[in-house]
Amino acid sequence: MRDVSPTADVLSISAEGLSFKELNDKLRATNATEIVINNAAGQRYIAAGAEGRRLTINGTPGNALAAYMDGAEIIVNGNAQDAVGDTMNDGRVIVHGSAGDALGYGMRGGLICVKGCSGYRTGIHMKQYQDKSPVIVIGESCGSFLGEYMAGGTIVVLGIGLRGQAPVGNFTGTGMHGGEIYIRSDEEPKNLPAQVSIDTASNLDDIRGHVRAFAQLFGCDADELLSGNFFVLRPNAKNPYHSLYTQYLR
Amino acid sequence: MGVYDFFPEYEVVRNDTTCVNCRVCERQCANGVHSYHPEITPARLLADSTQCVDCQRCVLLCPTKSLKIVQSNNTYKLNNNWTKKEINEIITQASTGGVLLSSMGNPEPYPIYFDKITINASQVTNPSIDPLREPMETRVYLGSKPEKLTRGPDGKLQSNLGPHLALAMPMLFSAMSYGSISYNAHESLARASEELGIFYNTGEGGLHENFYRYGKNTIVQVASGRFGVHKDYLYAGAAIEIKMGQGAKPGIGGHLPGKKIVDDISRTRMTPEGSDAISPAPHHDIYSIEDLSQLVYSLKETTAYTKPVIVKIAAVHNVAAIASGIARSGADIIALDGFRGGTGAAPTRIRDNVGIPIELALAAVDTRLRQEGIRERVGIIAGGGIRSSADIVKAVALGADAVYLGTAALLALGCHLCRACQTGKCNWGIATQEPDLVKRLNPNVGYKRLVNLMRAWQHEIMEIMGGMGINSIESLKGNRLMLRGVGLNETELGVLGLKHAGE
Ligand code: SF4
Ligand code: SF4
Repeated sequence: MRDVSPTADVLSISAEGLSFKELNDKLRATNATEIVINNAAGQRYIAAGAEGRRLTINGTPGNALAAYMDGAEIIVNGNAQDAVGDTMNDGRVIVHGSAGDALGYGMRGGLICVKGCSGYRTGIHMKQYQDKSPVIVIGESCGSFLGEYMAGGTIVVLGIGLRGQAPVGNFTGTGMHGGEIYIRSDEEPKNLPAQVSIDTASNLDDIRGHVRAFAQLFGCDADELLSGNFFVLRPNAKNPYHSLYTQYLR
Repeated sequence: MGVYDFFPEYEVVRNDTTCVNCRVCERQCANGVHSYHPEITPARLLADSTQCVDCQRCVLLCPTKSLKIVQSNNTYKLNNNWTKKEINEIITQASTGGVLLSSMGNPEPYPIYFDKITINASQVTNPSIDPLREPMETRVYLGSKPEKLTRGPDGKLQSNLGPHLALAMPMLFSAMSYGSISYNAHESLARASEELGIFYNTGEGGLHENFYRYGKNTIVQVASGRFGVHKDYLYAGAAIEIKMGQGAKPGIGGHLPGKKIVDDISRTRMTPEGSDAISPAPHHDIYSIEDLSQLVYSLKETTAYTKPVIVKIAAVHNVAAIASGIARSGADIIALDGFRGGTGAAPTRIRDNVGIPIELALAAVDTRLRQEGIRERVGIIAGGGIRSSADIVKAVALGADAVYLGTAALLALGCHLCRACQTGKCNWGIATQEPDLVKRLNPNVGYKRLVNLMRAWQHEIMEIMGGMGINSIESLKGNRLMLRGVGLNETELGVLGLKHAGE
């Protein structure tokens, strides 16, 4: 991720009454690296492919925020909608609220932190590659199909405020063949598919830094979060469908 | 061969009187069919036909032409219901418990509508045109056309045309990923596209770093697994194709086994070595045309509206209604893929039983979009079963702007349609990643052969158009009066929108 100079002038844009294209045309037209968008009201595709800038969004950005993003930083003071960080390559998205479905789809790098909940299919198709490894940290809970077809990276669900109940829905990790999902909970998630194995995490070295970063962002107690019981889900195989097929030369 | 096995369907026949024991066949066959036996007298080569896929490699390289592959005449008791195919499939599955996996296009004897359509020619009242003497336009612009012209306050025409693909002839090479085919095959396609002024398609395997230089002749694909998709990749191509479906396996996704994800492939797909690359058929973020529209616009936004977006779907039963939705989703081009389309691997049952012929799908889509007044909103590419320039002319007259060629391109590169791509041991250096096999395909030769084929077809298209008295491919598009059906029933003629020959 490229650093954004803290001294850069801040450009303020009001999104009120703007269509997504009008708003995004404005963002494309400026070289500003420090931008505040006020009154966001569902405009889609904000920061699609963005790099080298920081965007603070006040209000509710629409679907596909930070799609294909390649190294920008997005701070949402509000909730985000569906498809945050679709195929994101690099950068950070911080949501001071909750987010919708399919967050981090196909994400390959960078970090998404959501203070509240995220919807169905969080982190599906997430993958890692060489030095790139994406991270999603969700403060409260996620819907079903978390990490479906996941092929790499790390997802952490902290279950804040759930008093030890499993903070995920059904079928976590269906088709998973890479990466790790950490779930802070006293009870095991329900309806896990055959492709994943579940263990109580014996050490939290892989996620300690992410949890501390989350705690710092949202003002929680990192030590308290890290003291809870974590389950870790890993794929049983890199090749989950290996034995499904038989060669037929016709 | 055990008791629960079957006699090979193709047999290797060697003429021992002309064979000189040079052992070329032994070295050429990656399936290990041929073996040399000095221990028997006279010392000679033997063949294990059970491993032969009939790729014709050894036949063509045998210096004394001593080899041929013949269809076996070993037969079960004849039965029109329980054919050899059905029996052998059951034997295979009872032994393995696996889903049958095949490759290339549907080989079953469904009707081929292209062969039941004939093309018109001018006689007497409107003259034909001689393409050797007169200019003939095969250039095609693919993309969304504005519904009306707008003028500025000064009365001048305002440009409201979105991004288009300009093709020197109405052909593109269809999506074949690096991984499913070799580096040398990709290089051949890329270089041929550049020389011909057309496009090839990365498929869902990403774009190899060495091929970014062919970007202006490249269509980059985005599929559900998002392999190798990042901003530079999206910008690298001339257009972006969203793969929703594929004619060879509608409703089935891509699945490159981990053993094929080796160094370069892994780098290009941006996935770890040895891990399966799974891209399921459903995009798990797309459940409606609105969701599709979101993906279309997220790609357009990311590339600042500089690239046309293609949505590729398999030709299935409700294809016209689906295409109508896609035309309203913001996509610039729809690619329709018929059930004859090839693939590197597909479950056999799906390949052989799912989907519909491209001729019917194309005609149905073109008719529907015209009825709804939205045909000009999108370009149409038809693929999956195009075998010749005549098929191209017929496809254009049925409503396509251009066609996708996959199998035909591979045949030009040496493929002999042995349908064993799924084994990864293509003796022609195409559907393989084994370095010794890949180097059998020389891209300098490969690209020239593609250029030859396309130039020949382009000229044939010009000749056929000239015969009809048409001098521009645009005037042929959707011009169904130039076609007649032969031996088709009322329903078929109705779907195709054609008159019967003689009418
Ligand atoms: S698989 Fe190909 S090379 Fe091997 S014996 Fe058969 S035709 Fe010859
Ligand atoms: S690409 Fe190779 S393996 Fe596939 S059908 Fe052609 S010759 Fe056979």
